[in-house]
Amino acid sequence: MAKINSAVFCSHVPAIGAAIDLGKTEDPYWVPLFKGFEFSKQWIKQEKPDVIILVYNDHATAFDSTIIPTFAIGCADRFPPADEGWGPRKVPDVIGYPELAAHIAQSVILDEFDLTIINDMKVDHGLSVPLSLMFGQPEAWPCRIIPFPVNVVQYPPPTGNRCYNLGKAIRSAVEKFDEDLNVQIWGTGGMSHQIQGQRAGLINKEFDNRFLDRMVSDPVSLTKIPHIEYVREAGAEAIELVMWLVALGAMGTDFKQVHRFHHVPASNTAVGHMILEKTK
Amino acid sequence: MALEKPYKDVPGTTVFDAEMARKGYHLNQFCMSLMKAENREKFKADQRAYLDQWPMNEEQKQGVLTRDYNRMIAAGGNIYFLSKIFSSDGQSFEQAASSMTGMSAPDYRQMMLTGGRQVEGNRYLSEIKDGKLKTNANVEKK
Ligand SMILES: [Fe+2]
Repeated sequence: MAKINSAVFCSHVPAIGAAIDLGKTEDPYWVPLFKGFEFSKQWIKQEKPDVIILVYNDHATAFDSTIIPTFAIGCADRFPPADEGWGPRKVPDVIGYPELAAHIAQSVILDEFDLTIINDMKVDHGLSVPLSLMFGQPEAWPCRIIPFPVNVVQYPPPTGNRCYNLGKAIRSAVEKFDEDLNVQIWGTGGMSHQIQGQRAGLINKEFDNRFLDRMVSDPVSLTKIPHIEYVREAGAEAIELVMWLVALGAMGTDFKQVHRFHHVPASNTAVGHMILEKTK
Repeated sequence: MALEKPYKDVPGTTVFDAEMARKGYHLNQFCMSLMKAENREKFKADQRAYLDQWPMNEEQKQGVLTRDYNRMIAAGGNIYFLSKIFSSDGQSFEQAASSMTGMSAPDYRQMMLTGGRQVEGNRYLSEIKDGKLKTNANVEKK
């Protein structure tokens, strides 16, 4: 049986991708950030996931204003990196897992989560930056990846509660898949940041740390954070944190924290990172 | 009965909701066109002529021509779409963000390096005096 054994949470700031691609990871500005991922890179080498369900958002790249799916799942064999205006990142194509993706779609749609099915899509920094942070710069990504885009660009994104419950449905879908697979689920984006308007640059370290605390101590309480609280307290773009709740919902209640990291700044953003492992 | 929009009283912030998306549709779709290198060239060669091919209003076009991102956002632009403009100009997210705050790029960077903009005093419109948002204690001291 396939099983979700761990979850990785991590911000997906485009400047981090640029720092890796341009060989700037040793710059004093970036050193403290990459230090926070040293443990994680070792950890994932030992974990050897077969598949990652990667929850992220597209940033007006594959989706423009013509079609805006709230939840979508990538069912293709392959997803090339997108040109976001400065040429595509030189990272490997994402190799999908069409059978598992289609299985998840069928299962969660009958559980009343109406996913949009995507069979042709390019993926942007929202997906590729977390992969670079966890795997470095390999020739090919070491496992298969199912892209799972969530709309957080046009307000309103789905509620935190909806995201959390979707995570639970994904978990039970995975457990109904007959092959033996070590599955991870990643929640990306956040943490506190605002990149628009006169209030750009807002960071709320206390908010972020409380959020990280509660992921472990009282995960369900996070599903009650209304959108306005993210916007007012942690910046307009902090609302991306609802994507973390999909991955958190998929972890249920029996898990332990194996790594936690927070760093300010990466460009305009507070970077948060956590790894959780299932205990049962 | 109207929809509740509690985010309207967050200072210096425009939430890109359905109303703004409707208003900015053509502006944002123009931005998407800049993801193709050939369109970037055409735009750079004659910005006004390129903009005139899009059913955008004059306010939106002026916002683009003057690279006034706050003005574009007020006219329905969304930052992830607008990023195609500043990327074409060779600007980073950090530079674009600083231009919207009224701070110089080095001052903005300094604010970010010292923990970012604080939330205290920046939560509600009613807290803002003389139209200025707070930065943070490290920067304000100077
Ligand atoms: Fe994002």
